[in-house]
Amino acid sequence: MIMIKARALGFLGLWTVWLLLTAPWNTQEAVAGALVALLISLLPFSAASPLGDLKLSPKALAWLVAYVFVFIKALVQSNLDVAFRVLHPKLPIDPGIVKVKTRLKTPLGRLLLANSITLTPGTITVEMRGDDLYIHWIKVADPDPEAATAAIVGNFEKYLEVICG
Amino acid sequence: MAGIIGAFVSLIGALFFLLAAIGLLRMPDALNRMQAGTKATTLGSILFLFGIGIMQPDYLGRVFILVVFIVLTNPVSSNALARAAHANRKRIGAVLSPDALADDEARIAAGDRGTAGTKEATHGA
Repeated sequence: MIMIKARALGFLGLWTVWLLLTAPWNTQEAVAGALVALLISLLPFSAASPLGDLKLSPKALAWLVAYVFVFIKALVQSNLDVAFRVLHPKLPIDPGIVKVKTRLKTPLGRLLLANSITLTPGTITVEMRGDDLYIHWIKVADPDPEAATAAIVGNFEKYLEVICG
Repeated sequence: MAGIIGAFVSLIGALFFLLAAIGLLRMPDALNRMQAGTKATTLGSILFLFGIGIMQPDYLGRVFILVVFIVLTNPVSSNALARAAHANRKRIGAVLSPDALADDEARIAAGDRGTAGTKEATHGA
């Protein structure tokens, strides 16, 4: 089941990229693209694609859309934060590496979480070991793992748990 | 009109690139420089590309693909760079307090056979 889902999503993803690249569309190009995308999505390695971790229930899709907006808000905030620190005459930084825990189990969920952390205010994912993520924090507010987890991971994990467990 | 709006959006994107450049110059070590470099260049590229998309609506589809790829790959490359910088933290003079990763590495090097995540690994004594 998860293999069929990975292949179907792989096909849809490839074909969408093709359609966006070839706009404005004509039928011949669209059909040729669909055939090639189908062939690629049937290759043996595509079953191992992390796309299979994505849940497709209506609730998960709604949360995926909400997550995009949460992510954009965090991205803009982090840029304003960078602007503030870079332009501040005293350069207000106090960097350190803290350890946080994640409840996410799937590779896709962890990839998205690590990427989101890197693009949010003052944090960069440095290393992942087991359930632990090591985060470079430009101004360490709280070195305690539990408090750091709540501050850095909590907001995204809530959404990613619904989207891809 | 669309040309003016597009140019303005691209200009804001360029401003974020400028901030990233100032950050690279002002920050004290590689890990902190990455903080400025990763975030500001990501939003900078997104705004810059969408500015072009607004000026030339034919390109919007292609611009969208570029934005998705940048958002997916930029953090991954910065993650790899951050890991390399941390492995060389003494040579680049990085000041980190606390440094949970170095602590756990030291504990593993000291012969603690448990996984890095477990705090109370059992010593066989």
